[in-house]
Amino acid sequence: MSSPHTDPMAMTAGTATARPRRAAGGDNTTRPTLAVWKFASCDGCQLSLLDCEDELLAVAGHIDIAYFPEASSRMLGGPYDLSLVEGSITTAHDAERIHTIRDQSEVLITIGACATAGGIQALRNGRDVGEFIDSVYAHPEFISTLETSTPIADHVEVDFELRGCPIDRGQLIEVITAHLSGRPARIPSTSVCTQCKARGTPCVMVANGTPCLGPITMAGCHALCPAYNRGCYGCFGPMESPNVDALWDLFTQLGMNDRAKQRAFHGYNGWVGPGEIQS
Amino acid sequence: MASTLNRDMAVTLNLVGLDALIKVLNKAGFEVYGPTVANGVIGHDRIDSLDDLPHKVTDEQSGGHYRLVDRDDGARFGYAVGPGSWKDVLHPSRVKVWTLTREPGTVAVSINKPEPVPRAFVGVRPCELAAIRKQDRVLAHGPHPDPVYQINRHDTVIVVVNCGDPADTCFCTSTGTGPAAAGGYDLALTELVDGARIHYVVDVGSERGARLMAMMPPRTMWPTTTGEHGRAEQVTAKAADTMTARLDTDLADRRVADLLYDNLESDQWDDIARRCLTCGNCTLACPTCFCTNMEDVTDLSGAVTDRWRVWDTCFSLEFSHMGPGPVRAAASSRYRQWLVHKLGSWHDQFRESGCVGCGRCITWCPVGIDLRDEITAMADGSGGA
Repeated sequence: MSSPHTDPMAMTAGTATARPRRAAGGDNTTRPTLAVWKFASCDGCQLSLLDCEDELLAVAGHIDIAYFPEASSRMLGGPYDLSLVEGSITTAHDAERIHTIRDQSEVLITIGACATAGGIQALRNGRDVGEFIDSVYAHPEFISTLETSTPIADHVEVDFELRGCPIDRGQLIEVITAHLSGRPARIPSTSVCTQCKARGTPCVMVANGTPCLGPITMAGCHALCPAYNRGCYGCFGPMESPNVDALWDLFTQLGMNDRAKQRAFHGYNGWVGPGEIQS
Repeated sequence: MASTLNRDMAVTLNLVGLDALIKVLNKAGFEVYGPTVANGVIGHDRIDSLDDLPHKVTDEQSGGHYRLVDRDDGARFGYAVGPGSWKDVLHPSRVKVWTLTREPGTVAVSINKPEPVPRAFVGVRPCELAAIRKQDRVLAHGPHPDPVYQINRHDTVIVVVNCGDPADTCFCTSTGTGPAAAGGYDLALTELVDGARIHYVVDVGSERGARLMAMMPPRTMWPTTTGEHGRAEQVTAKAADTMTARLDTDLADRRVADLLYDNLESDQWDDIARRCLTCGNCTLACPTCFCTNMEDVTDLSGAVTDRWRVWDTCFSLEFSHMGPGPVRAAASSRYRQWLVHKLGSWHDQFRESGCVGCGRCITWCPVGIDLRDEITAMADGSGGA
C-alpha cells in the first residue's frame, strides 16, 4: 500500500486539508456535480443507480445530480465533477459526442459491459452490418450506424471502468463513495468462484457438469447465476488472469461443441475478451 | 491405522440413540450442526433430529467431479466430505472487525465482538478435526490470535464420525489424519451398517462427552460388545486400505518439503499453470487455508467506516501486490506458492504439514488438478504430469 489514499487510517482519521477539494457533506454550492450519460445501451446500468433506493437519497445528499435525463428533467450545463457513462459507441454522432462529454468532465467513469467492452451489440464487429440492417429494419435507409460497437475507452481517456451487465449497485455506490473520499475504489478482479465460495454455493461445474464462465470471469455480481444453478454468463468480463484455453478444454470435456463454446465465450464482453478466442 | 476406541468407555447406539444424542445436544442449548443434503451436495447445516441427516445417498468424487448417488442401505454417514468445511462456521468468509465513526474533533472505534454461541458439530470427519486443530494453532493459539475465531471456537462440542466410505479423492492415510480420529474430540462414532440396521460405536473422548452421554435417555445405548468393537475397527481399516491402494506415500513428512524446495525451478510448475484456472477454488475449499484480506467500507459522507475481514486467496494478484505490482504474476508461481506452503514451508512455520488429506482441492478444482499426482511426478523426477 504505497499511496496515502489507500491507507485506511489516513483516510478515516483525515483532517479537512486531506479531503478532496469539493468534499461531500457541505452545502449545495460545494457539492460535487454528477452527470449520467447514455450511449448505445439498454438503460439497465442507469437503472441500477435509480435502483439504489435508500442509498440514492444519500447520494443525492452528497452529490448534486446535475444531469441525469432518465431521472430528472432538470438538466444543468457542465462542467461536471463526475460523469458516469453508459453504452457503447455505435454512431458517428456518438463518436463526436463522447469527446464533448470528456471535455466537460473532471472524472469520467464508464459503467456496464456496453461502455467497457462494446456490449452484446459488439457481436456485429467483424461482420456485415449492412446485411443486419437490411434483415432487421423495415426502412434500412433511416439507419445510420458504424461498422463496429466499441467501448468508450477506445475513444477518450477513461478514469475507471465499472464492469457488469448490468453493473452491481453496491459496486456503483462504492465507486461514487471512493470518488468522494479521494481514494481508489475497492473492486475485486478475482474470479466469480471466489464469490461462490464466500457465499457457500457448490460449484455448478463440479457438482452438476454445468458449463460456467465463472473461473475466467471477474467477480462483482456476488455469483448470482450459480446460486440459481446456472453457469456464469461472463457479464463482468475477464478476471485478472483468465486461462481461456484451460476452460475451453474443460467445456469440451463437458460436452460442448465448438459452436456452443464460441457462443458462450462471445457474450456481453466478447469483444474485449477474455483473451484470444480459439476457433 | 488402528482404531483408538476406548474399550472401557465405549457404548453402542442404534438410530433411536443417535436421534436422542442430537436432541440432547439441542436441549443442552447448543446450536447443533451436522451433515445435510442441499444444492446437490452433502454440506453442513443446523440439525434438530435424525430426520435432517442424509439418508439413502452417498457421493461420487474425482478430480473436478462430484455427484450425489443413491445408496440403498440405512447409513446416515456413508459418504466423504462435501465442498464446505467447518471453517465456514469458525472462520467465516466475511466478518466485521470494527466500525470507526468520525465526529467533529473525535474518532470513535467500536470493535466487533460476536456473542459466544455454544455450538456442537456432529459428523466431523477425522481429517476435518485435524483441519480445525491446524487452524486453532494459527488463529487461536498463535502469536497473533484472531479474536473472532477464538470466540467462535470457544467450547465447540466435537462429535466425530469416523470414515467408512472414503472418496477416490481422499488420502488421509497419507497425512496421518484418518480414517479414525486419534483424540481431540468429545465423542467419536463409528457407523456399523448392516442393511437397514445401523449401530454406532461411541468412544467417549472427554469429560464433557461423558456428561453428554449421561444425559441420554434410558434404553438408547448399551456397553459395546467385543464383536461391535471388532466391526468398528474393520470399518476404518477397510477405508484405510482403499486409500493406501490409491496412494501409499507419506505426504505429511518433512521430506516432502525438501522435495518441493529442490524443485522450485521445475518445469512442472509451468505444466500445471497451463491447466490451472487461477480461480482460487482450491484455497477456498481447503479447510486449513486461513488467509484473509481487510476491506474498508466507507459511507458516502466518509464519517463511518466498517473494516471487514474477508477470505483471501494466494491465487489473486493482489495477494502478492507490492510496490510496482504483483510479485507472483505468473500462474505457475501462484500454484507453486500454494502447494509449497501447504506441503512444505508449513513445516518450517508450524512444525507440521498444512494438509489433512481431505481431497477438497482435487474435487473442487474445476479442471481436477490432483496434488497427489503432482507430488508423485515430482518425486519420480518425471516433470510434467
